[in-house]
Amino acid sequence: MFRLEARSTTPAWFNLALPLIAIAATLILCSGLIAVAGAGVIEAYGVMLSASLGDSYAITETLVRAAPMIFTGLAVAVAFRAKFWNIGAEGQLLAGAVASCFVGAIPMPGYLAMLLMALVGAAAGALVALVPATLRVKFKVDDVVSSLLLNSVIYYALMALIEGPWKDTFSGYPISPPIEDSANFPVLIEGTRMHLGVVVALIAAPLCWFLIARTTLGFRIRVTGENPEAARYGGINVQRVLISTALLSGALAGLAGVGEVGGVHFQVMSDISPGYGYSGIVVAMLARLNPLGVVPAAIFLAAVMTGAEAMSRATGVPAFLSDVIQGTALLAMLVALLFTAYRIRRVGAQT
Amino acid sequence: MSAVFEQIFQVGFLAAIIRIATPLAFATLGEMFSERAGVLNLGIEGIMLLCAMAGFTAASLSGSLWLGVLVAVLVGALMGALHALFTVALGLSQHVCGIGVTLFCSGLAYFLYRLIFGQQSVPPSIDGFKPVPIPLLTDIPILGPAVFNQFTLVYLAIIAVPLAAFVLYRTPWGLSVRMVGENPRAADSAGVSVIATRFQAVILGGALMGLAGAFLTMAQFNAFTFGVVSGRGWVAIALVVFGRWDPWRSAGAALLFAFVDALQLRMQASGLGHIPYEAFLMLPFIFTIVAMAFMSRNAVAPSALLKPFRREER
Repeated sequence: MFRLEARSTTPAWFNLALPLIAIAATLILCSGLIAVAGAGVIEAYGVMLSASLGDSYAITETLVRAAPMIFTGLAVAVAFRAKFWNIGAEGQLLAGAVASCFVGAIPMPGYLAMLLMALVGAAAGALVALVPATLRVKFKVDDVVSSLLLNSVIYYALMALIEGPWKDTFSGYPISPPIEDSANFPVLIEGTRMHLGVVVALIAAPLCWFLIARTTLGFRIRVTGENPEAARYGGINVQRVLISTALLSGALAGLAGVGEVGGVHFQVMSDISPGYGYSGIVVAMLARLNPLGVVPAAIFLAAVMTGAEAMSRATGVPAFLSDVIQGTALLAMLVALLFTAYRIRRVGAQT
Repeated sequence: MSAVFEQIFQVGFLAAIIRIATPLAFATLGEMFSERAGVLNLGIEGIMLLCAMAGFTAASLSGSLWLGVLVAVLVGALMGALHALFTVALGLSQHVCGIGVTLFCSGLAYFLYRLIFGQQSVPPSIDGFKPVPIPLLTDIPILGPAVFNQFTLVYLAIIAVPLAAFVLYRTPWGLSVRMVGENPRAADSAGVSVIATRFQAVILGGALMGLAGAFLTMAQFNAFTFGVVSGRGWVAIALVVFGRWDPWRSAGAALLFAFVDALQLRMQASGLGHIPYEAFLMLPFIFTIVAMAFMSRNAVAPSALLKPFRREER
């Protein structure tokens, strides 16, 4: 007979093993869909891998796609650490994109424009995240639902802007005017789309790790998340920590939008984010809410996304496989996380 | 102002409100049952999309619309069971699982649709449900042709509201649902199986979300597009809160939202007014967020919402 038993500590290798197990389980489960589509499983995954990580150009494309998910992943990881349930990274990303696009369209020296875009974009994201945090702190409103619903509000606000007063007069489509050329993030490797924002994202992860693991604010965030009663007893102003966490989380999600405007699209359109905010939840969970783990997790999802398009062209398996993989990976990871809380113990039949 | 009133009391306008409200009513009732049992189902957006796709595909391949509805309901129930497996049986965090279910279901819907129908410039359509006039009742002025010359699924939604209220407030099972949502510990002591009741409620909820999806592709649009649900699941989440977890109020909220939506469609079509239509579309979300701030003082949400139940942990 087997029994689930509560576990108090988890070995360190779990941090690496669990996501790998979850990803392996996901790929095995989704291979069924590849088979249903009539393609070879090994071939399909092989194309996915070579098209996303097989050569240096593919790697830059994957990194460009990973950058926004590193930011939203960090945003979710930081928030969830404090048990501030920020499901609103999508809306915060859009707010950051809109704000930075406004600033980027103003003529000024390039580096000043980029700096202001980042600042204003982060501020816009933080401002949006402040709403559910304030509602929770002041009115005890559930942050899950309020942050989720704000996504729709921000989305419609964006649509109203680009279909109305902010519509690019030179385009028939509902898109915003482009930012100034001088505000376009510099491309770091000639012939690729690898832009400055990608490097900023890669640097942001260790910075967030340092903040969470080594600073007073990080300590407060962790204690608030793990045991708010103890935090309060220990003299931590839990409400203030929640607000700070929300500002930080929203700013990170906003930066995801800044990178997409400054480095990839140079303007704002309705589908500027194919759900990067929700992908951030997948990334953060795969990373076990560790900012350092966010980078490989985001690269994995990005590789799946870029690889899926090539796989679709080569084998005819719909590229939407990447969406299924994303959802399955999140669910698989949640199940795998059970092993951190419980262990399976064999129990003798007599006892 | 009088122009607006004239618009409102047109048969076509009233009929449009009823049609827009129908999928929302199904989805809202589904989410409500789930939440009353203590399980937030953020999978709703994806479940509706998958059911819309599954129902459309079944109807399109078999030629039978009712088979399509049945498939949509079964798929919805199955996805409800999946969400319950994660959140009720395994006790995993409801909001993250819900997002997982939504991502999984929408991905699967896109994938299977593309696999079955390929990439076509004009999305394939079906000959959807036709309005079925109810004799005598259609003769009531204005209200008759608007309400009683509708799809069978609309009548089903109209019946579903009092039925849901009856089940929730007047049956032993409804009492169990409310108990496991308010105080699972007490329900357990009283001999109610918390796990089983929550499973049943979330599965019933999924089936209702399936009906909502089926209505979209088989009565409202008669085709499946990737944006066919376009946030209606999130609207339902808002309507449940706005309707204070009560079937009557939730259905009323759905009607109110449908009225605003129909009004914005009319204004868009007639060029009346200069307010962007998006302003109307965000209203239910803003109203709900504001309403939540006022409601939290008198706790109306099921107390055990978002809290997993494990018997041994006391």
